[in-house]
Amino acid sequence: MKRWLPLVLFVVLVGFFAKGLFLNPREVPSPFIGRVAPAFTLPLVGDASATFSPADMKGRVWMLNIWAPWCVSCRQEHGFLMQLMQSGRIPIVGLNWKDKAREAEALLARTGSPYVAVPEDLDGRVGIDYGVTGTPETYIIDQTGIVRLKHIGPIGPDVWQTKFEPKLKELGA
Amino acid sequence: MIPELGHFALIVALLLALTQAILPLYGAQRGNLTLMAVARPAAQGQFVFVALAFASLAYSFLTNDFSVENVARNSFSQLPEVYRLTATWGSHEGSLLLWVLILAFWSTAVSVFSRHLPEDMAARVLGVMGLISVGFLAFLLTTSSPFERLLPAAMDGNDMNPLLQDWGMIIHPPMLYMGYVGFAVAFAFAIAALLSGKMDVAWARWSRPWTTVAWAFLTLGIVLGSWWAYRELGWGGWWFWDPTENASFMPWIAGTALMHSLAVTEKRGAFKAWTVLLALVAFSLSLLGTFLVRSGVLSSVHAFATDPARGAFILGFLAVVIGGSLVLYAWRAPKMVTGSGFTWFSRESLLLANNVILIAALGSVLLGTLYPLFMDAMGLGKISVGPPYFNAVFVPLMAPALFLMGVGPLARWKEASLPDMVTRLKWALGVALATGLLLPLALDGFNAWASLGFFLAAWITLAVVVAFIDRLKHGQGGLLQKLATLPRGFWGMQLAHFGMAVGVAGIAVVANYSSERDVRMEVGSYAELAGYSFTFRGTTAHEGPNYRAARGTVEVSQNGKAVATLHPEKRIYNASGTGMSEASVHPNIFRDIYVAMGEPLDDQSGAWTVRLFYKPFINWLWFGALFMVAGGFMAASDKRYRIALRRSEVPKNLAAQGA
Repeated sequence: MKRWLPLVLFVVLVGFFAKGLFLNPREVPSPFIGRVAPAFTLPLVGDASATFSPADMKGRVWMLNIWAPWCVSCRQEHGFLMQLMQSGRIPIVGLNWKDKAREAEALLARTGSPYVAVPEDLDGRVGIDYGVTGTPETYIIDQTGIVRLKHIGPIGPDVWQTKFEPKLKELGA
Repeated sequence: MIPELGHFALIVALLLALTQAILPLYGAQRGNLTLMAVARPAAQGQFVFVALAFASLAYSFLTNDFSVENVARNSFSQLPEVYRLTATWGSHEGSLLLWVLILAFWSTAVSVFSRHLPEDMAARVLGVMGLISVGFLAFLLTTSSPFERLLPAAMDGNDMNPLLQDWGMIIHPPMLYMGYVGFAVAFAFAIAALLSGKMDVAWARWSRPWTTVAWAFLTLGIVLGSWWAYRELGWGGWWFWDPTENASFMPWIAGTALMHSLAVTEKRGAFKAWTVLLALVAFSLSLLGTFLVRSGVLSSVHAFATDPARGAFILGFLAVVIGGSLVLYAWRAPKMVTGSGFTWFSRESLLLANNVILIAALGSVLLGTLYPLFMDAMGLGKISVGPPYFNAVFVPLMAPALFLMGVGPLARWKEASLPDMVTRLKWALGVALATGLLLPLALDGFNAWASLGFFLAAWITLAVVVAFIDRLKHGQGGLLQKLATLPRGFWGMQLAHFGMAVGVAGIAVVANYSSERDVRMEVGSYAELAGYSFTFRGTTAHEGPNYRAARGTVEVSQNGKAVATLHPEKRIYNASGTGMSEASVHPNIFRDIYVAMGEPLDDQSGAWTVRLFYKPFINWLWFGALFMVAGGFMAASDKRYRIALRRSEVPKNLAAQGA
């Protein structure tokens, strides 16, 4: 039986790796859960005279999606965010993070925008307040402006069903 | 047009790889010489087309074709030309293409230097390499094409990661991959032997030079990476036990064990099953490293941008290649009968001990690297395993291995005499013990770890000397003449062992006697460290090709005598806005003086925080590794492999063998 041992060990390893693919080692519990979302006021992409602030969303459960035009995994989740927007399940605000090349407006015009507002965080300061480690990151913020959930990495149907949907039900949205 | 050509060349290469894999393997099983003969031209053709694809990508980088997404993301118009070339393999896609190119290169090398092999062996080896190539080419073409267009084209690129803009990084990846991928040859030989069912010692002799060359390249690749980290990360450290580093170190340990075990199998016919398993493990760990670095299962400071689809593909590939080879191993293992026996004290038993220790060390590194993943996967929380674990486990394990390194080469095969060995080595042991005890006192007070390091370094060095004396006692002619007639295999082994001694001495000193200071320095102020005095002369603005920098001037003197003027820089790269500290180093054989800029403190006074390091003997580490590399190449070029090449004329009558 000794000769099968390497194979058995390897199979166990593969099991862990397969599980590991669906985990995110960079995802550490956010200290913001249960706290008030950091406040900011930022101009909107495409209309610098208008601004957005989390206070504007008071009374609604909403989603803050931190993304950037240069971010590849953001493109990966874009299709799903579009579906979400069309379903009208939850309003999404897309914080455009460190878009130095100012590509967001043209990109959203071409691919469609899933967002109700796209505030522009050019120097990334708001991102720092939220402790962004890498785009995309998504927060659920409740009626009173408290952060209820943080997700790092692209959102797809699986993540949505297992992580977001239960939290939204809990919040009565 | 050129990128499309490259893409097309990759598709042709995939078709050739399929041909190289399927026809020769089938032919070898059937004893069909015509099908087996396909292997060589297919491998060489595949190399031509992969090289064409690589050249197309390099061309896109050199000509700043920002309509290619990979170029736009990883290059920049102001990037110096040499870095535009190396940016070709600076991304996940490009480095994977380099991987495939090097695999095709090794396959071609095998196709050229395999004329002395039985036709079915050569066909199987090339077939297995073709299979590996199929997997990687399919991976490139389906999930990671470097030739994707970006429409409309970007105005300019995002720039290469500033950390990689260093000349250590120009040669580190190709050398590292030469090593990683080189183990594919030993792997293919092992699989071919398992497939044929002929587990004689011939395959061990054939795979030995290939394994040694791959090991030497891997050593060089790892040490270049370490040297890069030392100079470029600005922290004066040279090894961080980061998952990416471990990913390259684990195949190295397995490869080291394999080299030694191959020697036993070839010379004595023992450890056959074990050696085959090691050959499978060494390459499996190379593949595992590729998976760990590119799938995002572990968090690392310098992993590639990760993507679950890619991770799933490599994992599937890993499962097929490694799983398949281990099934084949388990199935064939009973056929491997071991050769002649040996007693408890013999070169065999010492090499076995070496292997056991190396594998234990490998296991400890593997466990530490994957532990965060295990914990996370079982829902037991997020943890990270750092240098304290690795140092606590790895160092005590390596110490006995290093001790045996002195004894092993002097022991006779089959049965050595312990009393005889004691007589030959007692003075060496005495001198080594004295060195270990007294040298730290001469340096900076007693330190147990430093003592251990010095003892082992002296012990290995003296054992090398004893080995030479033994060899030179016999034979005729003058000393030089006798030295010249010693086989290169002997020279190579002794040189590599001596390199290890030099490296161990370097580590013992740098780990225990380094000093560093973080100081606030105003213009004209000075700080002291390790007997050197550092005077800060302020910073000037400096314009690089693709960055702006504040360049500091630090004058270093010792006892009032000027030693050096160093110019560390704090750079801001134009495209990405990333800041980076470029350390300035004054090296000599006994120490490095290393200065890195921290942060500006106050714009008016021009004061900065500055990090000062005194790193004694650090260069011994790099030199030791270079001796090991040289030893590896020397051993692989031993005459007897070339004689074997001429002598073993192949029985062309394969119908009889196939039965």
